[in-house]
Amino acid sequence: MDYLAGGFLKAVYLLISGDPETYTAVFTTLKVSSLSITASMVIGIPLGFLLGYYEFPGKRQVRAIVDTLLALPTVVVGLFVYAFISRRGPCGELALLFTIPGIAAAQTILVTPIIVSLTATAIESLDRRLKTTLLTLGARGKQIIITNLVEARYAVLVAAITGYGRAISEVGISMMIGGNIKWHTRTITTAIALETGKGEFAVGMALGIVLLSIALAVNGMLIFLRRRS
Amino acid sequence: MKTVLRSVVAIVCVLFCIVGFTGHGVAADNVLKMATTTSTDNTGLLDYLAPVFQADIGIELQWVAIGTGKALALGKNCDVDVLLVHAPSAEKVYVEKGYGTDRRELMFNDFVFIGPPSDPAGIKGQTVIDALATIISKKAPFASRGDNSGTHKKEIGLWKTAGIAIPDKDAWYIQTGQGMLNTINIAAERDAYTMTDRGTFIKYESNWKGTPPLVILVEGDSSLRNQYSAMAVNPERCSNVKYDLAKNFIGWMASDKAQKLIGDFRLMGKQLFTPNAK
Repeated sequence: MDYLAGGFLKAVYLLISGDPETYTAVFTTLKVSSLSITASMVIGIPLGFLLGYYEFPGKRQVRAIVDTLLALPTVVVGLFVYAFISRRGPCGELALLFTIPGIAAAQTILVTPIIVSLTATAIESLDRRLKTTLLTLGARGKQIIITNLVEARYAVLVAAITGYGRAISEVGISMMIGGNIKWHTRTITTAIALETGKGEFAVGMALGIVLLSIALAVNGMLIFLRRRS
Repeated sequence: MKTVLRSVVAIVCVLFCIVGFTGHGVAADNVLKMATTTSTDNTGLLDYLAPVFQADIGIELQWVAIGTGKALALGKNCDVDVLLVHAPSAEKVYVEKGYGTDRRELMFNDFVFIGPPSDPAGIKGQTVIDALATIISKKAPFASRGDNSGTHKKEIGLWKTAGIAIPDKDAWYIQTGQGMLNTINIAAERDAYTMTDRGTFIKYESNWKGTPPLVILVEGDSSLRNQYSAMAVNPERCSNVKYDLAKNFIGWMASDKAQKLIGDFRLMGKQLFTPNAK
């Protein structure tokens, strides 16, 4: 058991001393997940609005597909994106394999369904009278969209935070698309996988502590917002 | 509904442009991408050489450490510029097929068989062929890389030389599919034997501060030599690769300075790789 306590102490030391390897992984994770959550929100919120607000033929089926995509396995996303952005693949010219934008693009595919689905649910659960009220008040187009989203703002934020949690904690995509390159694409999760495999627990534990802290902070926000909405 | 849809399409287009653009930005001119075997990374050799290489030549080396088989595949897909691998016969075929070029031998060490100090099957001091026969007759747990890496290819070759069919489905034959240090750790957890390059084993020893749970049992056989070479990905097949940078790297690795650095790289006072560039 000594090595566990020793690992924990060394983990605390690594964090306090500002160990560059540990912090590079932390910043890489933050960079990747911020990029992917921004992209996912830009794509997902409008789509979620469409799905939640309008009635159209096949809506139930679309909804079922989106909800299925919530359980998208990270390695499957990794596989497809890898095949697309490898030099041999159709998007090889972009040179995205083993880069941070590459990981972010793949994570966007992972997270967007979460944003779409939760935004749609948020819009659907708004009071149905809101629509008629807005219409009678003479609101049109953009005004309706914005007012709806403002009314559902907490639920949309919850969607964003849930998506963020998914992005920071996934390891399959980061490993396959990023390649775990030291100082460049090594994220918290790939570093933990690597260090555990190598039998060096301290660095893994230090990173685990950071990841848990981020998750805790994110969930703290979630609980706070739930209470307000 | 149309306006929303239209703006979404527009935003997605812009986003992809941005992502594509930054992608190009990341693939800067002085960055050399290399695929390599896990031993050069696990031992810390590349962490030790890359900064000197950058200071000397001004090229930043980025590597993925995945084992020789996958490294060769990445080169075939044009996803990296240069390879540092250790499977000479596979490498020669690779060059003949036109996937790689400018192959140059750089350094070597040797493979060793390691296992629990109690040596339950009793292979200590045997020849490689006898050791394999003993392991299979006693069904002693044996961890294999199982990932088509250089070490795995070597192990398969040894089974063949011994005239033994690979015990692919036997429960005691553990195919990890992971890197060398991971595989040693798995072997240690399972009290199994395994074959590793000496460099990675010395790193493992030093991780355990000199008292590792697995020790060397078979070594010194001439069939256990482990040669490392570098190769550029063939620019005639892959027009996008940075052939000049790759050639620079191979030349630098073979230079007197880098060769001396490799020879001087030690853990616990032990030399991990012996330089032998011609």
